[in-house]
Amino acid sequence: MQVTVTVNGTEQVRDVEPRMLLVHFLRDELGLTGTHWGCDTTNCGTCVVWVDDEPVKSCTTLAAMCSGHTVRTVEDLEQDGELDPVQQGFIECHGLQCGFCTPGMLMTARALLDRNTDPTEAEIREAISGQICRCTGYATIVRSIQWAAGQSAVSAMATTNGGQA
Amino acid sequence: MQVPAPFEYERATSVEHAIGLLERLGSEARVIAGGHSLLPMMKLRLAVPEYLVDINDLEGELSYVRQADDEFRIGALTRHRHLLESDELAAAFPMFRDAEKVIADPVVRNRGTLGGSLCQADPSEDLSAVCSTLDASCVIRGPGGERVVSMHDFHRGPWETAVDDGELLIEVRIPVRPGGGSAYEKVERRAGDWAVVSAGAAVWMDGDTITEGRVGLAAVGPNTASVAGAADALRGQEASEDLYVEVGRIAAESCDPRTDQRGSAEYKRHLAAELTVRALRRSVQRATTREA
Repeated sequence: MQVTVTVNGTEQVRDVEPRMLLVHFLRDELGLTGTHWGCDTTNCGTCVVWVDDEPVKSCTTLAAMCSGHTVRTVEDLEQDGELDPVQQGFIECHGLQCGFCTPGMLMTARALLDRNTDPTEAEIREAISGQICRCTGYATIVRSIQWAAGQSAVSAMATTNGGQA
Repeated sequence: MQVPAPFEYERATSVEHAIGLLERLGSEARVIAGGHSLLPMMKLRLAVPEYLVDINDLEGELSYVRQADDEFRIGALTRHRHLLESDELAAAFPMFRDAEKVIADPVVRNRGTLGGSLCQADPSEDLSAVCSTLDASCVIRGPGGERVVSMHDFHRGPWETAVDDGELLIEVRIPVRPGGGSAYEKVERRAGDWAVVSAGAAVWMDGDTITEGRVGLAAVGPNTASVAGAADALRGQEASEDLYVEVGRIAAESCDPRTDQRGSAEYKRHLAAELTVRALRRSVQRATTREA
């Protein structure tokens, strides 16, 4: 069947089997291998992407179900050569070791901060509770997201102060 | 690599269209909403439908939480996240929010739906226990019109419901009665897992007297039907710790847990009793203080 999915702002038309999962559509059809394919059982969350601006697990979504919808992947976080604050936060605070869970963590973190610019630690831990990291013990991931939230506050202040902050 | 067996995909553009597709495609067709129960089963080839009818575009028709005079009406396609975030639902039935907080994880809750949860009819499923406890009824629409069935009649056994071929669950109705309080208690091995055991309780109070009360259990039998003996034991009684313990004992005796990787039958029976006590205690607290 033919599917038309807007991925990272670009309309993509492909002929796929109805049973193709979104994670394989992104990785194998579009070559967007930033989205990782992990447990395959809806548990680990490394395959999280946005569908219509909400984080979903792409191993448990059919590409067919996304036809006519928009998908955003980790590749879209960096804009014009500038890292998204959540990406920068993971660098600043050592939010990753092996990096396998990172794409899902980043997409979930970005969605959280878009809805809640100043989350508590408990809210961050709740937001990423559908993601599994086997390296960090989560402490540095939480710190990374807090760092990103702090950056958003700084840039908001810069805007209101006419860049004087 | 887990991939479903081949199937044909149809996307419904309206409830009527969905029912027409289901009627035409017959017994080998399955409805897909969030897909977070069905797709994992298809990936394991435990479910091998020939056709999927995607109803995700029907949010305009089937996603809502509405308060009518004496009942709440919830569209079958309402997603977990919206159920969790609904303040009016939490005010009327606090156990909904109790349960939603511990169903899977926030990302899964963005997709999974009320109707999908009930139609999956998994004996461990939380919202089925919630709806059984709250004496909900299900509106099923087919080519010949609508019918309304109680939760008791909706679940016919594990993974089996009253929804026939060519039919669609469209709405869940929950009666609202004065003086109500409810609570849901779940023990899980890790965050977001299926219940080892869950217990829901709902009471309706007149002063210190429980005029009606219900208890529903998940993961300790073939379905999540409410515990009949509990309702009889609660009716007309003064709320007390002794009463909760007695009803907990009835709940534990009435259930039929199996030893599996989540725990022994004995442990699950213990949980059924203890979680029933806790859920009743909180329900009464909420009914008498209106604490959310």
